[in-house]
Formats: sequence, C-alpha cells, structure tokens
Amino acid sequence: MDSSVTIATVILSISLILSRILYVIYWSGRPLRNKSLGPVSTLIVLGSGGHTAEMLNVLSVLQKDLFSPRFYIAAATDNMSLQKARTYENQLADKNEAEVDKIAQFMQIYRSREVGQSYFTSVWTTLIATLHALWLMIKIRPQVILCNGPGTCIPLCLIAFIFKVLGIRWSSIFYVESIARVKRLSLSGLILYKLYVADQFFVQWPQLQRIYPRAHYVGCLM
Amino acid sequence: FTPVLQGVSGCIIKLGMGDSEVGGKLTRMVFVTVGTTSFDALVRAVDTEQVKQILYARGYTHLLIQMGRGTYNPTKSHGEDGLVVDYFSFSSSIADHLKSASLVISHAGSGSIFETLRLGKPLIVVVNEDLMDNHQIELAEELAERKHLYCARPQTLHQTIESLNLESIIPYTPGDAKPVAALINRFLGFPED
Repeated sequence: MDSSVTIATVILSISLILSRILYVIYWSGRPLRNKSLGPVSTLIVLGSGGHTAEMLNVLSVLQKDLFSPRFYIAAATDNMSLQKARTYENQLADKNEAEVDKIAQFMQIYRSREVGQSYFTSVWTTLIATLHALWLMIKIRPQVILCNGPGTCIPLCLIAFIFKVLGIRWSSIFYVESIARVKRLSLSGLILYKLYVADQFFVQWPQLQRIYPRAHYVGCLM
Repeated sequence: FTPVLQGVSGCIIKLGMGDSEVGGKLTRMVFVTVGTTSFDALVRAVDTEQVKQILYARGYTHLLIQMGRGTYNPTKSHGEDGLVVDYFSFSSSIADHLKSASLVISHAGSGSIFETLRLGKPLIVVVNEDLMDNHQIELAEELAERKHLYCARPQTLHQTIESLNLESIIPYTPGDAKPVAALINRFLGFPED
C-alpha cells in the first residue's frame, strides 16, 4: 500500500516537473510581454579573439540604458576579453571610471576543462566550475543573457534554464553563432539549440539557417 | 590619376593601398600574421626561397612575419639581393602593420580575417591543417568563394601567390549588428531602433 502511494507520488512529481519544463520551453521561444519597458540586467559571456569582437559589435548597437546593469563574464584563463570589455565600457562612460563601476561589472569564471587536461582531473574541475557558475548566477540573476559560442556559456545558460523551471528568475537567452561557423554549428550552439535553451538563436550564414530552421539568419556581424 | 612606377622586377606596378614611397624607393610590404597561435608550417612556407622569390618577382620589397607562439625562426635579411625579411613574436601594433601592408598572408582566425578585409587589403588566408577541430576552413573557403580573399594551404602558398590576381578581388562590405539588435529589442518589447 505504502509503496503504491510512493510510486504515485513519484510519478506525479515527475509529470509535474516535466510539464513545467515543457511550459518553460513553450514560453521561452516567445517574445516577452514586457509592459514595464524598464532596463534589464544583462549578462554578457565573452570568449577569446573573434568571439569578443563580434559580441562588442552587437553591444554597440543595443541601447545601453535599456541593457543595464551589464555583467561581463570570461574564462579565468582569458585575460584579453575582459580587458577589451573594460576599454569599451570606459569609452561609453567617457572615461568616468566611477560611472563604469555602477553599470558594468567584470567577472572571471573557472573553465571545466582546459585544452590538454586529463579526463580524470576534469571530473573535479567540472564540479568546481559548475559550482562557480551557480554562485555567479545566484548573484547576478540576469534578465537577459547574450552569448556567442565560448564553452563557458553552457553551464551559465543551463543554470539560467533551471532557474526558469524553478521560478527563481525568468531570463531571455540570446545566442549568436560565430561568423566562423558557416556549415556546422559549434558544440555550444548545437547544445543550446537542441535543448531549446536559447530563446532566440541567430546565425550569420544562410546555409546554417536552412539546416536549423528555428534559427534567425541575421547576416554577417563583422 | 594613379601613380605608375617601374617595379623592381621590371614590370609596371600601380601604386595600391599600403604602398609607400620612401626617398624615391617604393616599399611594398607583405605582412604575415598567425595571431596568438603557433603556426610554424606557415612561417616555414613563407621562409622558403621559392615563396620569397615569387614575392620579390611580383614587386614586393619587404616581408614582415608575426610568428606568435611558433618556434621556427625565419632567416632575417637586409635585402641585398631580394626581399627585406624581418620577424617578431607579438606586438600591440598589429593594426599598424596591417595598415602599412600591401599584401597580408594570415592564419584563418576570424579576427585577423575581418580586420584585414575591413582595411581593404589583399588577403591570402592559409589554413592550418594540424588543428584538430578545424572549422576555420569553412569561413576561409566561404569568403574565397565570394572572391573576398584567397585561400591556401602551406604547401600550395607559392602557387596561390603566383596566380594572385588583385583585380579579381571583390571588396568586402562590412556587416552590421543592427538586424540582431532589432530582433532582440522586438523580443523584449523594446523599441526596435
């Protein structure tokens, strides 16, 4: 008798969770009915080299007072990207550094696996990286996430999705596939597309849009 | 009016972007860049006599190589009977070198590619076949198909330089992020412009 109650409870909880996940996926792809039109806290995930240049291009055409405050995250091993973001923010604030601190924050995140690291040690580093990502996401709880490819965006976006399911924070995740991807998506892009984690998915080449019909073709950013 | 000068190889060379005349002597620099990577196969390829002779015959006078984390050091030369060759590992003034170059030979990183295309410089992208996940070939080949640049492998670089036809290059029109911004704004219920 007890066991059948347990089984019923388990089945009920699983179906409740599943229906909540389906509900989140259904509403994730749909435009917000944003009536307040107030500024949204924005998390920007940066990656090395070309990724950062593309992301700063996107930022340069967004209205800065609507996407505010801004949180920049880059891998702990990547020194260049945050530097570039800081330079960009300083230019916006016209070199008023006190002003920059109010509207922009720069953070580093541990990577789950460095190039060439063994799979055994990467179990631990993945755990640490995930906990670190969770900690950052609890602190930031962004309303908007902008990312374009570096692997560091995966744990952050998955946590954001879980926050949506749990009702902690509803965030809109925008993913712009890198211009370097012409025929195939990157692994990060593929994961976020297939799992319906990205609210809007942008590609820069028409070939990709034909293979991934839910993506929006937006032309070259560079 | 396009200034026309007698080139070193005897052929007539039109002064293009990046060419500069110092004390009556024409400088036409080839800038080779591997970015933050190591790409010794490319540095070795441009350091061969074959490639250097073709470059010299085509009227280039200087060869400057940015070799990144590579370990192969090319042979320096003061240009007694050929190209002036120099190299360095990293520099904060890559943009200046790109601006003063008449021809750029680059690795397939999207940063280098678009920086060069925006400057309107003739560009040969050399694909690094030793990279494991070499998706960069896709971008170089796509842009080569659209005639914005030439695409080569280290071992075919000399043929590419030999058959280089600067007239056939279609200038790249820089893209912009406005369509992305408009979609993001529409999604969030913000004004679209």
